[in-house]
Amino acid sequence: MTSAAERAGYRPPQARVRARGGLTARALGLLVAVAVLVVVAAVSIAVGAKPIPLGVVWDALFADGASAENVRIVIDLRIPRTLIGLAAGIALGLAGALMQALTRNPLADPGILGINAGAAAAVVLAIRVLGVTSLIGYIWFAFAGAAAAFLVVYLLGTSGHAAASPERLALAGAAVGAALLAVTNAVALLDTTTFDRYRLWTVGSLAGRDLTVLWGVLPFILAGTVIAVALGPSLNVIALGEDTARGLGANLDRTRVLSAVAVTALCGAATAAVGPIAFVGLAVPHIARALVGPDQRWLLPYSLVLAPILLLVADVIGRVVARPGELEAGLVSALLGAPIFLAVVLHRRIVPL
Amino acid sequence: MTRRLTVRAPGIALRLDVRTLWVSGALLITAFAAVVFTVVAVGIWLPLADIVEILQGGGRRADRFILLDLRLPRVCLALLTGAALAVSGAVFQSLSRNPLGSPDIVGFTTGSATGAVLSIVVFGAGPAGSAVAAVAGGIVTALIVYGLAARGGGSVRRLVLVGIGIAAMLVAVNSYLISRARLDAAQSAAVWLVGTLNGRTWQYVYLLGIALAVLTPPLLLLSRRLQMLAMGEDSARSLGVPVPVSRLSLMVLAVAVCAVATAATGPVAFVALAAPQVTLRLTRSPAVQLLPAAITGALLMVLSDLVAQRILAPAQLPVGVVTGAVGGVYLAWLLSAQWRKGNG
Repeated sequence: MTSAAERAGYRPPQARVRARGGLTARALGLLVAVAVLVVVAAVSIAVGAKPIPLGVVWDALFADGASAENVRIVIDLRIPRTLIGLAAGIALGLAGALMQALTRNPLADPGILGINAGAAAAVVLAIRVLGVTSLIGYIWFAFAGAAAAFLVVYLLGTSGHAAASPERLALAGAAVGAALLAVTNAVALLDTTTFDRYRLWTVGSLAGRDLTVLWGVLPFILAGTVIAVALGPSLNVIALGEDTARGLGANLDRTRVLSAVAVTALCGAATAAVGPIAFVGLAVPHIARALVGPDQRWLLPYSLVLAPILLLVADVIGRVVARPGELEAGLVSALLGAPIFLAVVLHRRIVPL
Repeated sequence: MTRRLTVRAPGIALRLDVRTLWVSGALLITAFAAVVFTVVAVGIWLPLADIVEILQGGGRRADRFILLDLRLPRVCLALLTGAALAVSGAVFQSLSRNPLGSPDIVGFTTGSATGAVLSIVVFGAGPAGSAVAAVAGGIVTALIVYGLAARGGGSVRRLVLVGIGIAAMLVAVNSYLISRARLDAAQSAAVWLVGTLNGRTWQYVYLLGIALAVLTPPLLLLSRRLQMLAMGEDSARSLGVPVPVSRLSLMVLAVAVCAVATAATGPVAFVALAAPQVTLRLTRSPAVQLLPAAITGALLMVLSDLVAQRILAPAQLPVGVVTGAVGGVYLAWLLSAQWRKGNG
């Protein structure tokens, strides 16, 4: 027997926000995920155009047994690539989870605040106007573009007396993003050389980056990660709705400003390092939400661990399937992540944001 | 308190919002002025007297060609596609109750892009072939998304999420094809993806006009239900709206409208998103109304094409580049003005 309220689609709040699994189950799950991440990272060092057994990897790092070629591949290519994938994955997962918590919009990916659009516009202008040609040369332009775009979006979203509401940020991000995309398209379509370089950058890949890239973006990713994880409890309060959160004494403005700063640092750094791979940031928080429920204190760590797993697995598969060439991680992560994402969306009760 | 005007005729009574009426009127007049300016002044100057003469069957041959074969079909196509995209955006934003809603939600735009890019890059198709492939790709994608989402009860939220997943895969396919294709094929695919009015003839206008003439009346008949659905499905149900049927038929019509526009010009960015939002803010009404949104979309498209033809002349930008810039900047300005006053 159902009440009129239930027939109309209303479910009591406890049922809607009930967490999945007990505390132990969720902690164990996180531990398993971390173990999987370690295995995936090891595989990412061992597998590639030239497979190198893990024993040889060990020798290359800590003993003298490996050949010079293997040492070079492991130290100069595989390890930097794996570390960058790890860092970028962490950044994208956290940025996506924060974005969805902040805007409470299921369409929110890290690109929604105009961050990817800003990075792309800056990269295209750097190629066209300044003649920058190297992947490493793009980094700081991408980062500056991302930060500038976000600043404009945020100033626009907070104009007037009220704070940036989720809907405002989403709309402001869409408007600014569209204008920046127009700049990108105009520059890229009128100049063949620029278009040629831009089309390769825009796929998103872990290949061809060295450790200077990692050292450049790492401080931003670390800072963003610390802020993000610390914000978990405040984001839980925001999820109750604006009025309730105010009534409970939450400092909404501070939480929003801090989340926004963290998203920019994380997503700007990831985009600078590996190109625009937005889907990882969109899909992973949805998958994590299906696993552990909407509690940000669990959602953020799960996103932090699951996103680099997806990115690294995608990268490894991309190296293996198209030998001797490779498929970019940006492509494979979407082709791999989307079915998982769909399976989660279709087979689980959807957890509200 | 909004002022309303009631129009009564035998068998019909319409309550019209006064502000919506005069905003629509002003938009129409602006659109007309933009059309006249485009026809007269973009490129070689054609004085109004000459235009009138040409329309009556006279004038020099070169001028006749410029007006009748180049400018008029182009501006007519701009008006029609702008209106069509705006209407489809308005329907999806109301149904999903999400300001970012558009036919993209069911993966239509990405699917049509995949169809077109495949046809251009792999099969070397021309404009007609890529238009057909685009519509086919878009409709197949929309069907897959709807089919997958419908198994779970077909709520709009589920639809949105399934659409995101499918679209992400297709985006990956698209950028793979573009990054691996020969440079010239990749570039013509990229131009198609941005959306352009260059080189469009009367045929496009006729086909689009006929399609819209068929699709618009049922949409307008359903627009009252759409406004109720925009208040939430539960409220709509309690007001007696048959929710699943109305939702499905509105979505099918909106996708069809978007499909014919996409076939004509490619997936022009941002009109579907911006036009309803701009209209909402100009009319200050609680729900998007289809006709004012259509007028805004048409105006946005004509103005954008004007800029696209002139800004870097003689280089012709695809119109889709400019709709993003014009629509984005205008929407940003509108939002900041509204928020500074403390509304919304």
